[in-house]
Amino acid sequence: MDKGIIYLDHAATTYVKPEVFEAMKPWFTEYYGNPSAIYSLGRQSKKAIEEARAQIAYCLGAHPTEIFFTGSGTEADNWAIKGTALANQKKGKHVITTVIEHHAVLEAFDFLRKEEGFEVTYLPVNENGLVNPEDLKKAIRPDTTLVSIMYANNEIGTIQPIHELASIAREKGVVFHTDSVQAIGNIAVNVKELDVDLLSLSAHKFYGPKGVGALYVRKGIKMESFIHGGAQERKRRAGTENVPGVIGMAAALKLAYDNLEDYNNHLGKLSSRFIEKVLERIPYVHLNGDREQRLPGNVNFSFRFVEGESLLLMLDMKGIQASSGSACTSGSLDPSHVLLAIGLSHEIAHGSLRITFGEKNTEEEVDYLVDTLEEIVEKLRKMSPLYEEFVKNH
Amino acid sequence: MADIIYFDNSATTGIYPEVLHGMNDVYSSLYGNPSSLHKIGSDAEKVLHNAREIIAKTLGAEEDEIYFTSGGTESNNWAIKGTSRANRKRGSHIITSAIEHPSVLESFSHLETEGFSSEILEVGADGLLDPKRIGSKVNDETILASFILVNNETGAIQKADELIHAIRYRNPKTIIHVDAVQAYGKIPVNLSRLDVDLLSISAHKIHGPKGCGALYIRKNTRIHPIIHGGGQERRFRSGTENVPGIYGFALAAEIIHQHMEQNRKNAGKLRSIIIQGLSDIFSQCQYSINSPEDGYEGILNISFPRVKAQVLMHHLEAENIIVSVGSACSSRKNAYSHVLKAMKLPKENIEGAIRLSFSGTNTQEEAIRFLEAIRKIVPAIRY
Repeated sequence: MDKGIIYLDHAATTYVKPEVFEAMKPWFTEYYGNPSAIYSLGRQSKKAIEEARAQIAYCLGAHPTEIFFTGSGTEADNWAIKGTALANQKKGKHVITTVIEHHAVLEAFDFLRKEEGFEVTYLPVNENGLVNPEDLKKAIRPDTTLVSIMYANNEIGTIQPIHELASIAREKGVVFHTDSVQAIGNIAVNVKELDVDLLSLSAHKFYGPKGVGALYVRKGIKMESFIHGGAQERKRRAGTENVPGVIGMAAALKLAYDNLEDYNNHLGKLSSRFIEKVLERIPYVHLNGDREQRLPGNVNFSFRFVEGESLLLMLDMKGIQASSGSACTSGSLDPSHVLLAIGLSHEIAHGSLRITFGEKNTEEEVDYLVDTLEEIVEKLRKMSPLYEEFVKNH
Repeated sequence: MADIIYFDNSATTGIYPEVLHGMNDVYSSLYGNPSSLHKIGSDAEKVLHNAREIIAKTLGAEEDEIYFTSGGTESNNWAIKGTSRANRKRGSHIITSAIEHPSVLESFSHLETEGFSSEILEVGADGLLDPKRIGSKVNDETILASFILVNNETGAIQKADELIHAIRYRNPKTIIHVDAVQAYGKIPVNLSRLDVDLLSISAHKIHGPKGCGALYIRKNTRIHPIIHGGGQERRFRSGTENVPGIYGFALAAEIIHQHMEQNRKNAGKLRSIIIQGLSDIFSQCQYSINSPEDGYEGILNISFPRVKAQVLMHHLEAENIIVSVGSACSSRKNAYSHVLKAMKLPKENIEGAIRLSFSGTNTQEEAIRFLEAIRKIVPAIRY
């Protein structure tokens, strides 16, 4: 890692833990066989993939045959949503999601709406970003075939009552998918306890490699294949398996589950320290998301009279790597759809900062962050005519 | 492992040590999300940019015509489904050949379920498509033609220029896709001359990592994304970029292109040693070479009639020699090669076919060891 760089953007991506890379290495160099090959070099790869699959299944409380590897979390979301909606379209063409989903989900629904003639209901959220289960109950119709609600939000960290929401869908016989890309590695996700039908995950969010994800598909769920070709993944996802990637994902997930409690405590401590100090020292700031039902490492603040992009840039110059929202949309000038959905005005949404802590962050770094932030926010506000006016009138 | 003779480089290859070394650095210090605005993110974006430039250069393409994917299969799926769906208004006729990789054939049969009419063209005994025939099948409604440049089972190289000319002559609007997964890095593929719209490549076939591929999309080609989301890859292929994989892909591409001539010479030498050796050991009816003489040197498909290929393969494996039966993707299906079937080989020859595929590090000594093993095994297992 660069000297003097403080990485506070773990929701965007994480580095690969050295022990994860070590686990991957022999599968690059020594055991490189194509898992579809029937000689032993191939069978070894196949066996390793199946062991990785079982490892992931046991972490998630699934059966190994219910885990399918993909090229990313985005692919897993696309497959889950399009695959089930299209396979069940004779039953109906109404599907439900929420307004605060990741773009991988929103765009997949957009595809269904625009290209395939589906009707989509977008559930609202309250000011903390929570979905009201009553809203879901009301939205389900006889022709509803799929509900997709994210487990934990990537921008504000809000954790949805997935079990309760999934139960509502289950009662009505509707397939339930949850995008748990941000939740996995942070909370103990168990598909049986949650009672969901489909669940997506992505390795690079929990110190595993980029380029590999997975989809849990409960046995018996009817869905179309998404990538066609060879007979890999029990004929449901073609393409030579990314053997080192899959092994890295399993190793990373196991590490995450082994250390979940310590990790959570560590992140929780950093977040609380950060939240308390900011609220104490910087005025006109709003904490976004739910104070309780949130990912332990996620803090999202809106600073009034501050332009988020400038804030990020100045933090970057001080070595602090943070984000204004999700990485995927950070190139865009529109304010975050999530922050607008929880009722923030355009102006306030523009002044937001997302900090997502990770295993190596320290309390000293939090203190440095707060000091730097205080300084920068003050500087930026001094340049703001709106702030000047506001102070005059108060 | 040191003693293993690996003759299955068309299934997958061992990674170049310098590629893994380079990826190691990216994993540990360039781990940012390229979409992030901060320094760690923009450093990752630079890696991506550099890799795209390298791949583009090896293909004679522009940098903004290269789109990274999770592999050759995804590239083929995307090329075929993405263009068919995007051009539906112009027609619904799509054509390909009978000797394609399953990722192409299965994409075509999936499109049938979406209402497209697909036409699978036969090939000659040499495994080649006939330009006249393809030209005669293209009509005003034909929106896509897709063919494999180097066949993965026989190494046959299609007469790409003639095929393309025949297609374009009949319908200049037909989009042409080439599956170059087995060709890239093995034979020159130059898109400033090869007049195609789409071309698929894969990293793990050229000593790069698994889980990474690319699709070349010529500017202004009408194509829909198949993976929607965050809008990466200029909005056409969503999902956080596999930066270490892509970096490894580019490194491997650079190295293999530097060694292409040398690798081909080496493979050609091994090939002639084996062909010569077989003719010394066996009479003409005891074996046959299914790979065309002017095909890609690195793939050699041989049939031993009245020998079960799988049995032969396992016997060779016991001698530490790794070859394959058909392509890796179909070897588990226990079905006979659709490629050899399309070439109308006798059943005996299809059942007794093995494929050897060489890399730059295979040696003449290994070819001789293979011949020695064959001399011993084949007569013993012939029924």
